[in-house]
Amino acid sequence: MEIIVCIKQVPDIAEIAKVKTDPETGTIIREGVPSVVNPFDEFAVEEAVRVKERLEEDVNVTVITMGPPQAEEALRKCLSMGADNAILLSDREFAGGDTLATGYVLAIAIKKIGDYDMIFCGMQATDGDTAQVGPSIAENLHIPQITYIKKLEVEKKKVIAHREIEGGEEVIQCRMPVLMTTVKSLNEPRIPKFKAINKALATEIVVWNAADLECEMDRLGLSGSPTNVVKVFSPEPRAGGQKFEGLSADEAVAKIVGVLQEEKVL
Amino acid sequence: MGIQIDVEKCNGCKKCVLACPFGAIELVEKKAQINYDECTVCGACANACEFEAIVIERGAGKGTENIEEYKEVLVFAEQHNGEMKGCTYELLGEGRKLADKLGEELSAVLLGNQVEPLAKELFAHGADKVYLIDNENLAVYLTGPYTTAVAAVIAKYKPAIVLYGATTTGRDLAPRVAARIQTGLTADCTGLDIDEETGLLLQTRPAFGGNIMATIKCPRHRPQMSTVRPKVMKKLEPDYSREGELIKVDVEINPKSIKAKILEVIKEVKTTGDIEEADIIVAGGWGMGDPENFKILEDLANTLGGAVGASRAAVDAEWQPQSNQVGQTGKTVCPKLYIACGISGAVQHLVGMQTSDLIIAINKDPDAPIFNVANYGIIGDVFQIVPELTKEVQKLLS
Repeated sequence: MEIIVCIKQVPDIAEIAKVKTDPETGTIIREGVPSVVNPFDEFAVEEAVRVKERLEEDVNVTVITMGPPQAEEALRKCLSMGADNAILLSDREFAGGDTLATGYVLAIAIKKIGDYDMIFCGMQATDGDTAQVGPSIAENLHIPQITYIKKLEVEKKKVIAHREIEGGEEVIQCRMPVLMTTVKSLNEPRIPKFKAINKALATEIVVWNAADLECEMDRLGLSGSPTNVVKVFSPEPRAGGQKFEGLSADEAVAKIVGVLQEEKVL
Repeated sequence: MGIQIDVEKCNGCKKCVLACPFGAIELVEKKAQINYDECTVCGACANACEFEAIVIERGAGKGTENIEEYKEVLVFAEQHNGEMKGCTYELLGEGRKLADKLGEELSAVLLGNQVEPLAKELFAHGADKVYLIDNENLAVYLTGPYTTAVAAVIAKYKPAIVLYGATTTGRDLAPRVAARIQTGLTADCTGLDIDEETGLLLQTRPAFGGNIMATIKCPRHRPQMSTVRPKVMKKLEPDYSREGELIKVDVEINPKSIKAKILEVIKEVKTTGDIEEADIIVAGGWGMGDPENFKILEDLANTLGGAVGASRAAVDAEWQPQSNQVGQTGKTVCPKLYIACGISGAVQHLVGMQTSDLIIAINKDPDAPIFNVANYGIIGDVFQIVPELTKEVQKLLS
């Protein structure tokens, strides 16, 4: 069985919040924010590796990402979690791609890999929060998708997945090949052991560029992206309001009730 | 193709360096220089540059043919088991504004089995036309047949704009439709407007967990599509005297092409409402100390007609189900009122709730970061205040 996991390297959001502001201009300095594997993608990698460990047949897990050369680091992390191979799709032509262009490149690369029974993606990446690339890949490959999976059973040539929806879950049965996107309650990603990290460091990472993929050049990067960012701005930071200290419980309750009445909640 | 610095125009003012969210620009010999390995061509620098020294060249791409034929505003009417999702009415309210600005009609696409009675609700909430596809293969939401149906309506009626709710259904369906018809899609928008000059849809959305806002256009492709965050847009007061045109559309869906099947729907047993739907959320964190203590939050939530939410710490400790988690690896909510109890307010939590209309925080620790986003912060003991508050509210409501 062939499993492919699509991942993304993202800036660490906990670090972004700590960034300094320029004392002269008051603008935010975002240099040097460390990168991590998108947290949702770790659930995807973990699930693929668990399927491999659970099934008796031979399972091969390939992890793939599109990004700049340093995204290799993210791939190594996934290898250390138990993936067998890693492919980096890197080319300046890919840069600036929106979700449509990105889904196209990943799908073309997956076609080049050839065989696949299951594809896992994190439900969304924490930098863009779009949740669009997974379905875009599935459409390009003409295969079904199950988004937001929180539980998975794998049977012969089919999956039974629990899909998280508002107010509950759907149990969906689907034939392979299928693309699934993962949420947090699916599993708890392992922390790689020293030996696995060393092995990952020794694994060769395959790099493909636009020419290797034989793709339609006008579907890549900026020119392949219907959407254009026209403005990027920092939101008005939400200012803290009034703070009350040293109130008795009764006074605190009266204060809150007053606010609720003022705001017409009551 | 791509992004370039025009060194003749660059005066080394450093504005682009500061504007770059990725730290991909540095000043070399008083001229901006882009590190292409870090650059994602997001355009923040070009936007900040006052000297037009940063040029982004976009190729012609393919684009949509006969773009001027695309006119109306279309809303995906999300219903499950004959019950309309609240966000559909919010989309109609917002869609009405956009359609009026453009001087075009507002339509809705309604899919399902025996759902025709819902059309009058859509008219009452602002739709001029409803495209109804009533088909037994559309009885429950499944990606495949719904994509086929929506794509067929778009191909036939050529809307300029299509809006979907950013629900698990909308966010499953919309990117699939976008890839099928090859157009742009902007996720989880919190602001929509029409550019007066060009008539293009301006789609504003948070990224990086709300640390950055981006405004996005889709100039060369139609329709311009967005998923829209629930609870942000306002619905119209329903007017049942409004009439509209019901258009029944035939779309062939081959049942053999459907590869997925729903075996079962498991409803979560909950003592309070769903956090996605709630106007009021009472949330608890590590400071609640114990799963039993969430009972006082449930009581308050039920008294106020709201739902219970939780921080990641409380969910990881298994005091609350994952479905109640608010924050980066949980849900993003924007209720009218968010009462944070014993939540310190790590950034991963704040990104999931800081767009709430009104935030009240109760916490013992005066330095808890939650107070930086709360409209009203009470430094005090949750266990004393919350039960009393519930009693007081009950009194006032009875």
